[in-house]
Amino acid sequence: MSFFANKQALVAEILSRYPVGRERSAVMPLLREVQNAEGFVSDARVAEIAAIIKSTPTEVKSVMSFYSTYSSSPTGKYHLQVCMTLSCALAGSDQMWDYLCETLDIGVGDVTSDGLFSVQKVECLGSCGTAPLMQVSDSGYYECLTKKRLNALLADFKARGDGSMPESDTRAPVFVQKNGDVVTQITAEGAIL
Amino acid sequence: MTAVAEVVSPEKPKSITSGLDPRFKPRLYEHVGQNNSWTLEYALRHGAYEGAKKALAGTPESVQDEVKKAGLRGRGGAGFPTGVKWSFMPKEDGKPHYLVCNADESEPGTYKDRYLMEADPHQLLEGMLIGMHAIRANVGYIYIRGEYILGANRLNAAIAEARAAGILGENALGFGKSMEVHVHRGAGAYICGEETALMNSLEGLRANPRLKPPFPAQAGIFGMPSTVNNVVSIASAALIMRHGADWFSSMGTEKSKGNFLFHISGPIKRPGVYELPLGTTYREIIYTWGGGPTEPIKAFNPGGSSTPMLPFTDEILDMQADYENCAAKGTFLGTGGIILIPQNCDIVNMMYNYVRFYGHESCGKCTPCREGIGTWMNRIFQKLISGKGDPNDVKILEDLFGNIKGKSFCLLADSCIMPVQSAMKLFRDEFEYIAQHGKPMYTGYGNRWKDE
Ligand SMILES: Cc1cc2nc3c(=O)[nH]c(=O)nc-3n(C[C@H](O)[C@H](O)[C@H](O)COP(=O)(O)O)c2cc1C
Ligand code: SF4
Ligand code: FES
Repeated sequence: MSFFANKQALVAEILSRYPVGRERSAVMPLLREVQNAEGFVSDARVAEIAAIIKSTPTEVKSVMSFYSTYSSSPTGKYHLQVCMTLSCALAGSDQMWDYLCETLDIGVGDVTSDGLFSVQKVECLGSCGTAPLMQVSDSGYYECLTKKRLNALLADFKARGDGSMPESDTRAPVFVQKNGDVVTQITAEGAIL
Repeated sequence: MTAVAEVVSPEKPKSITSGLDPRFKPRLYEHVGQNNSWTLEYALRHGAYEGAKKALAGTPESVQDEVKKAGLRGRGGAGFPTGVKWSFMPKEDGKPHYLVCNADESEPGTYKDRYLMEADPHQLLEGMLIGMHAIRANVGYIYIRGEYILGANRLNAAIAEARAAGILGENALGFGKSMEVHVHRGAGAYICGEETALMNSLEGLRANPRLKPPFPAQAGIFGMPSTVNNVVSIASAALIMRHGADWFSSMGTEKSKGNFLFHISGPIKRPGVYELPLGTTYREIIYTWGGGPTEPIKAFNPGGSSTPMLPFTDEILDMQADYENCAAKGTFLGTGGIILIPQNCDIVNMMYNYVRFYGHESCGKCTPCREGIGTWMNRIFQKLISGKGDPNDVKILEDLFGNIKGKSFCLLADSCIMPVQSAMKLFRDEFEYIAQHGKPMYTGYGNRWKDE
């Protein structure tokens, strides 16, 4: 079954972002659509994308394999990506990673038997002020994770079981300076001063 | 507190070099943390697009000149003057031109672009209009790292609002010119922040850096003249057009002008992004604003992991943070992302974290970086850390530095060597200790994860 057949408007919108004759630029947004919908990009989807961008499956695969957020094998409904770079390591990301693997009883490339979780080590997520943190699937960041917060989050994901994300604020505050004062700031929907 | 004397001419008011100066007012982050700050309605209420209107009413050269006069230097790390970069673009070549905003923000320790895009996307869009006018471009791309999902969503929503309001589109802001901005999401690769790799990524190729020349201003994306600027450089241009070059250059030291986003990570009481004038001392940034470290510190990277470390001494803390002072100390102001290096953590373990990062992010195009960092340096660090090292390993590492730095295709390799080399210079005893004794001199890198 084709993925893009009934998404022609979306495909046209994506292609319209780039100059005529430069369809190839659409490879990343197209890969992203598939990855988000199916949790990975199969060979069949690679071929479909190649046809849209007037390229070959080999070329699409070579681009796909360059980046860390596309996957060629299925991931869990909650794909947990833990930042391992120094600012996070200084806040305990190594221990958090070990704990996560032990608790879920999986390693890189595995999916838990209920299909819920997979794990991946990633590099600096650009949120070093709220370490340690992880990104879940192509959704938000879960920041300043203590063992307690992580356990609560895993329990929440398990209870949902469908890949949906909690509505509550997943972010953690950082500080900013406002006219001579230090202010805590939260950048969630409905930012709070 | 400030040890560095300033040259003050009698007729000119003293320039602002402290966030405590009552004349200083944060502007880049003025709206960060305010409810609905990302909506067009909020932005228009706070003066958004007034700067773009001024810019579009003038010639591209007049915009370049205003930004040159302000003294704005690129905030992506290298510090190249933004107005000068814009003036490299050809004039009447009949080709399409492109402005590319570099929002890849993947340099470890760096997290300033993120909150700006999430909270104030219209400030960035206004800067895009200004930059596009200055380089005669009708199309702009914002290349945002794939993980910044909220940022991408907010930008896309802001673009849709701006289009509906006639700010973008066929007759942008009513000046009779077509101006479009598109968001392109990355997918997790540090090298995409390097401007030529970014261009390949945007063209749907593997993100290997390109050979220069040709420079982007001659042949950039799609083979057309292009300029790549960082998020904060572009947002700063919006503020310069709104408030004037004189406002911008009233802040900072003699050669380093304007407001700057310092941000701190590692063991600090108040991690955060502090908008301060250039020339603020590291002591003020780390203690007054950051609240001070939560444990003893021995060094810090001043502007992202790629910048050589500075020792945590009184002399350095009293130094005014600017491009020139950092250069004089053999490092860079960089992105302003300060990473604190704890005293009781073993430097070899911490540098292995960096080496692992750069090895992982090496694009694999050239041998010194791919094999030198990805294989050799990684293995020697692993050997040292696992207690199997011998004193010769420190020598081999030093040899490797010389064979990689300056001998690789792009700056990613140098970006790895520089901090590691600085660490070895400052803490050679720790390298030699672990090589000799098979165990680290400090053991605090162990369990740092909090239960609650
Ligand atoms: C390995 C590497 C990674 C880089 N990453 C970024 C980045 O994430 N964001 C950025 O703005 N510049 C980054 N740069 C610098 C860009 O190549 C370029 O100089 C910058 O975007 C120019 O913008 P500016 O003049 O406004 O500073 C990187 C450079 C290198 C060598
Ligand atoms: S130095 Fe590294 S990242 Fe740069 S081109 Fe060579 S292999 Fe690629
Ligand atoms: S080091 Fe983890 S987000 Fe930057």
